[in-house]
Amino acid sequence: MADLRIELAGIKSPNPFWLASAPPTNSGYQVMRAFEAGWGGAVWKTLTDEPIINVTSRFAALHYGSQRVVGFNNIELITDRPLDVNLKEMAEVKKRFPRHALIASLMVEPKREKWHEIVKAVESVGVDGLELNFGCPHGMAERGMGSAVGQHPDLVRQQTEWVKEVAETPVIVKLTPNITDIRFTARAAREGGADAISLINTINSLMGVDLDTWLPIPHVDGRGAHGGYCGPAVKPIALNMVAECARDPLVGIPISGIGGISTWRDAVEFLLMGASGVQVCTAAMHHGFRIVEDMIDGLNNYLDQKGITSVMDIVGKSVNTYSDWGNLNLNYKIVARINEEKCINCNKCHIACEDASHQCIDIIRDAQTDKLRVVVREEDCVGCNLCQIVCPVDGTIQMVEVPIGKPPLTWNQRQAALSANGSCSNEG
Amino acid sequence: MAREQAFIPEKDLYANFQEVVPPLKPKEAIDEANRCLFCYDAPCIKACPTGIDIPSFIKKIATGNLYGSAKTIMESNPVGASCARVCPTSELCEGACVLNDASRPIRIGQLQRHATDWAIRNQAVLFQSGEPNGRKVAIVGAGPAGLSAARELARLGYEVTVYEAKEKAGGLNTYGIVSFRLPQEIPLWEAEQVESLGVCFRYGVKVGVDIPAQELVDRYDSVLLAVGMGPVPRLGIEGEDLEGVWEAISFIEDTKTKTLTTDLTGKKVAVIGAGNTAIDAATCSVRLGAEKVQIFYRRTQKEMTAYDFEYEFAKQDGVEFRWKVAPKRILGTGGKVTGLELIRMELGEPDEKGRRRPIPIPDSEFIVEVDYVIKAIGQERQLSLIDAFGLVHRNGVPVVEEGTYRTSRANVFAAGDCIFEVGKTDAMVVEAAEQGKRAAYAIHNALEEKHRSH
Repeated sequence: MADLRIELAGIKSPNPFWLASAPPTNSGYQVMRAFEAGWGGAVWKTLTDEPIINVTSRFAALHYGSQRVVGFNNIELITDRPLDVNLKEMAEVKKRFPRHALIASLMVEPKREKWHEIVKAVESVGVDGLELNFGCPHGMAERGMGSAVGQHPDLVRQQTEWVKEVAETPVIVKLTPNITDIRFTARAAREGGADAISLINTINSLMGVDLDTWLPIPHVDGRGAHGGYCGPAVKPIALNMVAECARDPLVGIPISGIGGISTWRDAVEFLLMGASGVQVCTAAMHHGFRIVEDMIDGLNNYLDQKGITSVMDIVGKSVNTYSDWGNLNLNYKIVARINEEKCINCNKCHIACEDASHQCIDIIRDAQTDKLRVVVREEDCVGCNLCQIVCPVDGTIQMVEVPIGKPPLTWNQRQAALSANGSCSNEG
Repeated sequence: MAREQAFIPEKDLYANFQEVVPPLKPKEAIDEANRCLFCYDAPCIKACPTGIDIPSFIKKIATGNLYGSAKTIMESNPVGASCARVCPTSELCEGACVLNDASRPIRIGQLQRHATDWAIRNQAVLFQSGEPNGRKVAIVGAGPAGLSAARELARLGYEVTVYEAKEKAGGLNTYGIVSFRLPQEIPLWEAEQVESLGVCFRYGVKVGVDIPAQELVDRYDSVLLAVGMGPVPRLGIEGEDLEGVWEAISFIEDTKTKTLTTDLTGKKVAVIGAGNTAIDAATCSVRLGAEKVQIFYRRTQKEMTAYDFEYEFAKQDGVEFRWKVAPKRILGTGGKVTGLELIRMELGEPDEKGRRRPIPIPDSEFIVEVDYVIKAIGQERQLSLIDAFGLVHRNGVPVVEEGTYRTSRANVFAAGDCIFEVGKTDAMVVEAAEQGKRAAYAIHNALEEKHRSH
């Protein structure tokens, strides 16, 4: 049994799985159910001084093929319950689950005294940390909060500073992905004194348009608005942003990873790419709190099988393998090889290569068996992976390294060498 | 399924004749459609005699384009709704599915039914007739081959008249395949589709009896013979004219066209033969309340022509199979069947078709007590009709040119079961549909050529 306990900027939790600030953490009833189910922590649905008004409907999902909820979006705002009610329930949760991480997500008008007031109020009920919601892309942003702050590094820095002036618990700054370069706001958070960052918040999205009514999905009495996109479909975007922050020395503070984490496997990827813990929402909304059982069990078994005693030992282990294109080895070559024993002859690899890649997979009629075979012309294969990606039977197409007999050479090294030789090249 | 009680309420009888295979539920269809790999150059297409673009029609189900899906199916196979129910899919499309090797094959037949059922329910108009080209074609027989040819010719602009001896179109699909496998409304919808293209159907007209064959040859630019096969031949044994000796095809037809009989309730039925029609007769008997239904076949399970799934279905219905026995005499008292004398057989050398010839074992006769004997030993050829057209034939099978279905007589073509010969093609609905299509194109080509040369 591996040690699954984590510590993120001083906040401790029995395992890395927290519920993100969202509908599942709207009330004490829900958070207690979650802790009973095994979640290690919860970021309470964003608190503010005055309750907001929500609309219906609020949620929409992207289904792909038979897979439901590949993506999800919402136009729900922060908590619509009075602050004192939330605080009373938070105190109760903390009393009953003292070892679990309870974080207060906060959002108030961009005024120093408003931030001071709410920080003092939530810390008085015994929360383990604060998360500043500079990410919400809809509704609150129109009022100068949420991502309206998160899109301006100066505002992030300033409001983080205001919080840090009075905060006694660790401060996590939650970042919006709706910007050009996540590192700029991450650095600003650190400059403002943040103890950690969490990312990503949801991405601006329009889930769909109804083909019969021609209305946006979802719509509120005939009108729609952009909503925050999340769920499995956003994972690659989130993972990239986490990795970008993790490898930036100017950021340099712990990361709480968020974005499409649905299984223990996703969590491991975020941990390897530099997150010290993860936050989950859509998966819990889709399947209920009980999914955490497999998350914990799967992570534990994975660590045991790898002979790793503590989950903290894998944090950031892949960060140094993530770099810029210019640092990739131009002299590394792989080609596709098809295992004919496993091939079921759907010929998807052939048509993918023929229509969309480099025309190097032929269909050949075997003279002896009179059966059709797909054969790679290795000399023409560019190693793009498309055939392997479209192949429905795992392990049938393998990408095999082919030594080309040249030492490793990156584009950066090549350009440096070329300029040293005084030659001029525009080759990319 | 076999029943003990002697009396069955009529509503139960009708329930027994409802379609046995339930349709896919909408979500089931979407799930199944999404399992399809959308193979390039898919083997299922090649395994379908009519060459339906199966991955394409399945993809269309997955995207909610059911109109397009049904059209893709019916485009290649004008009787695609019937075939969705009666094709031996495990031997054709589903048998060729690449997922046989990786998981389990896509339920192509059921998906085909899902799409075509949608078209039936929504009264979809799938095809339009072509610009009239001034030429006329007569088709004899409104079964799968005839309907298929009529549809294609109408789309090419021909004025098509179909002569059908029965009161309705569809041939064996309408009259000869049990309701619980293929309800009549399915082939009748397919016929309506053809009719909606302006094809004229002359029902209840027997060519060669009500109208001379020569008249068709004279009045039309081309004639297509798509008459299927005739009645079940006689066994040629004693007692065959007793009351209670039936032939399978009319017996099945009665269950599809008349009030269901209660005559079989609690009775013992012997079915002679082991083809799909024999199975249909046997399972109908069970569903009509027969107490004991036995199939007698002179060869073994290995040589029987019934599809495996039909055989399994019959066994589940409680039909008993008796191999290597042949009927010798039908016994009766007071003009009614009381028993069947059988003789045991053994298999000798293979015959010219490669099937081992059954040989009677001397002195092995025995008698079984039965109330009804149903003959299902194949079908006769429509020799008088073939003679009426003056066609060269081989044992009642018109000789046709390979690929064009042209008979020995100019402008007379033949397709479908009437040209079926063991060992050459399979007598399947889907094969008849394909032959009808091809014959239509051959007729078109021949008339175009004639037009050009004038």
